[in-house]
Amino acid sequence: MTGKRLELPGYLLLAVFGVIAPLVFPAYVQQIAMLWIMIVFALTWDTMGGQMGYNSLGNIFFFGAGMYIAAVCQIWPWYDVGEYTDPSGSLTTSFTTDQYFLGLALGVVLAAIGSVVLAALFGLIVFGLRGPYFAIGTLGMAIAAGELIGAWDWIGGGGGIRLPVFPSGTDAEPLFRVPFGDIQSADLQGVFFYWTCFVLAVLTFLFLRWLYRTRFGLMLNAIRDDETKAEALGVRTQLYKTVAWSISAFFLGISGALFGNIIGFMEPLEVAFPTVTFGIFMVLMALLGGKGTLWGPVIGATLFHIIKEVTWTHLLGWQWVVLGLLIVVTVVFFQQGIVGWLQERRPEWFGIEVDRGTAGQRADAEAAEALEAALDDAGGPAREPVR
Amino acid sequence: MTALIEVDNVSKSFGGVVANNAIGLNVEQGSITGLIGPNGSGKTTLFNSIVGFHPIDSGSIRFEGREISNLRVPQIARLGMLRTFQQTRIFRKLNCVENMHAALSHRGGTFRSMFAKKSGQAEERAEGLLDFVGLYQKRKLRAGDLSFGQQKLLEFAMALMNEPKVLLLDEPTAGINPTLINGLIDRLRLANDRFGVTLFVIEHNMRVIMNLAEHIYCLAHGELLADGPPDALRNDQRVIDAYLGAH
Repeated sequence: MTGKRLELPGYLLLAVFGVIAPLVFPAYVQQIAMLWIMIVFALTWDTMGGQMGYNSLGNIFFFGAGMYIAAVCQIWPWYDVGEYTDPSGSLTTSFTTDQYFLGLALGVVLAAIGSVVLAALFGLIVFGLRGPYFAIGTLGMAIAAGELIGAWDWIGGGGGIRLPVFPSGTDAEPLFRVPFGDIQSADLQGVFFYWTCFVLAVLTFLFLRWLYRTRFGLMLNAIRDDETKAEALGVRTQLYKTVAWSISAFFLGISGALFGNIIGFMEPLEVAFPTVTFGIFMVLMALLGGKGTLWGPVIGATLFHIIKEVTWTHLLGWQWVVLGLLIVVTVVFFQQGIVGWLQERRPEWFGIEVDRGTAGQRADAEAAEALEAALDDAGGPAREPVR
Repeated sequence: MTALIEVDNVSKSFGGVVANNAIGLNVEQGSITGLIGPNGSGKTTLFNSIVGFHPIDSGSIRFEGREISNLRVPQIARLGMLRTFQQTRIFRKLNCVENMHAALSHRGGTFRSMFAKKSGQAEERAEGLLDFVGLYQKRKLRAGDLSFGQQKLLEFAMALMNEPKVLLLDEPTAGINPTLINGLIDRLRLANDRFGVTLFVIEHNMRVIMNLAEHIYCLAHGELLADGPPDALRNDQRVIDAYLGAH
């Protein structure tokens, strides 16, 4: 749906930037990796909030769930999780390269699957709610998850989990020499997770791009515009909503698994289930870029991430004021977002046709004429059936 | 003729208000059946009960001989019983053709079919039906930008796209330009005649319903007051009294 003129340059720009960024800006590899995760946040939020009209404030739940599931999978095959997370820290651990990557692969896969299962389960409960009640219900779900995890000592409780350290030195270096050229081993972790985050963002984007062009995408929009009508037409709305949420959860779960390993440490409130930071950011980014569009979340996330990083660096102390202001301005004055605004100003770029300056009465008269003409063409009621 | 919809002794109350009291009626296969009555007589409540919008208090509703009073709206719709709304409901941000695609039947859909591409066959049928209701020129416009009357026509076309066995129309001509009404009546007849869709119509416009329906039921104060062919009902003293307030 998005402007065809802008689409190809958009792909090229992102692909080129994605590939050369770690080489050109080696000092910012982690920040740019974060940008890809932010894009995944905005895209997956928009599947629910923009395309389907269900404004979830609790999508961050799947991010945290994925993070914890992955952490347990990375530790559990080799160590007792309870001992590993014991705050007294009597256990000394070290992971070989094989153990690390095997655990990580298992963790990413199970984080995705686990998040989907959780989405299907919680969907049974929260999809009875609509509008603001859905938003509050999902928010409660994410907050409760953070609190409950904080009380669960086996996985570290409020103290969190240290993740296995990325294998460095002689063990891992041969693996990376070839694809990444001659880089310092200390940067290996950053570069490795940069690429995984980039691939995740690209896969999320391409998957959603395909999804929105199928019948499924159309039904998401139908549910957004009028769920009662969709039900009256026989649509299995509960199934569509659950599958849409599961798709969000799938990619969010993976992003959580990767993010935990980038930071190297997780705890429930600030890192895994940060409802007031990432949880709100994902909504704001989609709104800023233009909800209900494919490119809107990408543009919104990029712009937001730049603003955020710049204020953190150059306006330290005022960063929350700037972000708060951005939220207020976006929500109050700019709800349609950048792409939404473009669609209003230049509908022809997006293949949207508008009927300029047709008053209702005149439209009715036109329709009546068209009806009569159609009748005449067909020789009155004896017309052949259309189907 | 056999009864497609059999409503038997159906009652529905909202708090202390008895909206439907022991209503019994039949809609014959292939017929155009009318439902009239003064405002607040329980017509829309009865429609809502039949399509499963809310549970009924007592009685039985059968569709093709199958009990449906315990089913919900989407399940009943997939059996082939569709309704349109008094306050027209269309998908506002989608264009007319997309609205038609969204209205395609969900009977027997598999999980894979959820992710199918729009088929060219469906596109052709959608355009044909939009032409049928005189909206072909507007097919690429957003449905929300259409006038109320055009939205009503679109909703009717969407219902036909779904290929229902029976269509429950809640005031199809209310609020639309009088010049459109004759065309709409022709379309309703054609849908019944050519596509074989049984119609059950709530209507306040007496000229319309008397012309259209073969059999008419009249409700008043939540009870079935009278029924019969249009001519009989037109001269029924009880019906005249109900409308003029002598009741």
